[in-house]
Amino acid sequence: MDQLNNYLFIAAILFSLGVFGVMTRRNGIAVLMGVELILNAANLNFIAFSRFGGMNLDGHIFGLIVIVLAAAEAAVALAIVINIYNNLNTINVDEASMMKE
Amino acid sequence: MAEILFWFIASLTVLSAAMVVLNNQLLYSAIALLFTLFGVAGLYIYLWADFIAGVQLLVYIGGINVLIIFGIMLTNRISSVRLSQTNIQQGFGGVIALWLLIIISLVISKTPWYQVTSAEPSSTVREVGTLLMTKYLLPFEAISILLLGALIGAALLSREAS
Repeated sequence: MDQLNNYLFIAAILFSLGVFGVMTRRNGIAVLMGVELILNAANLNFIAFSRFGGMNLDGHIFGLIVIVLAAAEAAVALAIVINIYNNLNTINVDEASMMKE
Repeated sequence: MAEILFWFIASLTVLSAAMVVLNNQLLYSAIALLFTLFGVAGLYIYLWADFIAGVQLLVYIGGINVLIIFGIMLTNRISSVRLSQTNIQQGFGGVIALWLLIIISLVISKTPWYQVTSAEPSSTVREVGTLLMTKYLLPFEAISILLLGALIGAALLSREAS
């Protein structure tokens, strides 16, 4: 628990799983969950480097901004997903591939 | 004791993250995401980031995860009990994800990271607040504008077309 590498490995696993989810999921909301995993992995790295780099709190500010960005991104993405569902009656990203109905 | 708890939290995070991307039931994925976010918040506490851990609980678990569950409920016919969903190109995606993991792990283990030992602070809230109001005032204001834009955009997009 006092090793920087432990946290970096956990973040690397989270990132790889998130990339896997983004690449393989068909459901739009499930793709969004993969993006959340990737953002969390990046955030974990920021906070870990902040802790092991002499408790420099700049990393915490970056973490806060990433969390706020994730909130904004989730709100807008879900609004878009619900709109797609109302128009096309599906949210599978491989079926909703046209710019117009 | 703390060491055992750390490995428990780490394995909880990683295993539920695997559930998020592998489970076929969409709602189970959302619940697994809750456990992943909770585990990451626990890791933040091990990294002495008490404020970030609190924000993670409030914004991610209280906000984003609930929003995602709302999205699932609104875009599936709940009555027809077909909340399942499928993965495509799993082999190809698995190979790329594994390759990424191997590359990143090699980089992590081979790099001599700059590390400084420091004393554990009693609380980081005051320092984070001071930094937000002095050194990082401009990003703080910019993120406020972004949140306002996201608010208006989400309301506009999800409104019934008149």
